[in-house]
Amino acid sequence: MSSVAIQATGIEKWFGEGDARTVALRSVSLEAYFGEMLYIVGPSGSGKTTLLSVVSGVLRPDAGTVSVEGTQIWSLSPNQLAELRLHKVGFVFQDYHLFPRLTTAENVAIPMILKKQPWDEAVSKAHEYLQIVGLTKREDLPPVKLSGGEQQRVAIARAMAAQPDILVMDEPTASLDGDTGHGIVTFVKNQILNDKRCVIVVTHDSRIYDLATRILKMEDGHLATVTKGEVS
Amino acid sequence: MKGILKLAYKLLVNDKAKFTALLVGITFAVVLMLQVTSTFIGMMKRASATVYNIGAPMWIMDPAVQSAASAIGMPDYVLDAARSIPGVSYAVPVYTGNTLAKLHDGTYQPVTIVGLDDTSLYGRPKLLEGKIEDLYGENSFVVVKDGDYPKLENPSVGTEFEVNDHRGVIVGIADVASGGLFGTPTLYTTYNRALQYLPNPRFTISYVLVQPKSANDIPKIKEQVKAMGYVALTRDEFVDRTSSFYMWQTGLGINIMIMAVMAFIVGLSISGQTFYTFVLENIDKFAALKAMGANSRELVMMILYQAGFTALVGYGLGVGLCSFMITMAKMRLPSFASQLSFVNLGLGLFMVVVIAAVSSYFGVRRVLKVEPFQVFRG
Repeated sequence: MSSVAIQATGIEKWFGEGDARTVALRSVSLEAYFGEMLYIVGPSGSGKTTLLSVVSGVLRPDAGTVSVEGTQIWSLSPNQLAELRLHKVGFVFQDYHLFPRLTTAENVAIPMILKKQPWDEAVSKAHEYLQIVGLTKREDLPPVKLSGGEQQRVAIARAMAAQPDILVMDEPTASLDGDTGHGIVTFVKNQILNDKRCVIVVTHDSRIYDLATRILKMEDGHLATVTKGEVS
Repeated sequence: MKGILKLAYKLLVNDKAKFTALLVGITFAVVLMLQVTSTFIGMMKRASATVYNIGAPMWIMDPAVQSAASAIGMPDYVLDAARSIPGVSYAVPVYTGNTLAKLHDGTYQPVTIVGLDDTSLYGRPKLLEGKIEDLYGENSFVVVKDGDYPKLENPSVGTEFEVNDHRGVIVGIADVASGGLFGTPTLYTTYNRALQYLPNPRFTISYVLVQPKSANDIPKIKEQVKAMGYVALTRDEFVDRTSSFYMWQTGLGINIMIMAVMAFIVGLSISGQTFYTFVLENIDKFAALKAMGANSRELVMMILYQAGFTALVGYGLGVGLCSFMITMAKMRLPSFASQLSFVNLGLGLFMVVVIAAVSSYFGVRRVLKVEPFQVFRG
């Protein structure tokens, strides 16, 4: 068994109050390990993205604890939590959230800039990450000039540029065709898992299930079923 | 922090439409504010033109005098008494009055006559043509070459005119620090000739000009003059009194102030709204930065930098545009009174900083409240 990257225990999360209260997570517990690609799957509204947000230090749970590499993240101050996300967690958002007013290379450089690297150095390094994801000669273009698949790869390069121990991906293939989506996730798996990092993917795209090390299924706020074997 | 600020800069200036709209808003506000305040300052300077041009350090006058243009005649003993005050180096009379000059073509032109002390010609202007001693010649006048000079048909040395059926002749053309406010050409002559040419009431001294022996003597001189029932003001105090009169007792100042406030509100509305919209449109980007690990301080610095940068660039453009407009106007209209000064430049800068602060305040509030979770919601 590899070491634990994330351990979440008894997570509960609800939105709204009174009659309008919606329970998103009901006493959810999970562990994610270094060296695995963990999928969280399930129908829309089952709480997958909420769970991903809670375990990655983006959304505070109403109950339960989350530890990232042994640190109880929800007892940290907001600035400490931001620092932890900056150094430990990389994000690939469903809508990419690239900055349209920056070039592709500048987008990739953002995590390094947040880590106080000099601008030119960060942008130069970003070129290397873009090469890794196969986007040469696109460095100076704005993201809007790129295809959906290319934008997704920029988002991945940006997440990799943070050199995170844990990479979280929210519906990474949602707007990609089957081959492109599969290719991108395969690429991430090869890149990240070679370094024994942890990847958590939220998806309901069954075309990429074969790439998972382990799959957890969510239903109505519960982690319902483990549909793929334990970590090897 | 430098990298974050560069990121803020790029997000701002690369959004060319928004950045232009922001700059237009701030520049427009600055031009409006500077234009109205510089007009006011220019007018105030011109209202005190006599004080600046004659340049005496102290002025004795009737207490009821509210501005330099509304002299009230004083009896001769005031001059004698002033000369006897310890601490006064010397004191001379000056006459200022208005009348009509009949020009060569038979038309009448209102003019301001300044009568300088016959002995010393204290307060005489700098001559561009002619000699000041010629003022002692018969019927002699020196004309000031300012914006109103053409109204006397651009006289040269030797040009003749009439004042109250008396012959006058130009013996010199002078330059002064400031043109007058009321659009009348100015003629300098001697005190006694001014009294001969103009119909006068019983008391004829408009002001007694005083040169104190030292700055320490000024309070004592003021005290002694007050004891006589008159008032002695330093040059700056007289200028302030004149400005206060126009500011508070003519409606001019209040109207200018209202216009400046309106310019400020317009600028604040345009810039504030545009900047807030800019922040709102980028709110998901700020949320993404938050999720990626940017802390609140960095996001606040980004917004302050964007607001500050826009404000300063807009201010610079506004000052440049306003200077250009004033320069162009002065080339076409010699009497154009607007004048930029450190006071209104400082005021403009202060107002721009307030606009930036208010605009960024709402942006900062919004960004601090945004949840990084928002980026997962799509």
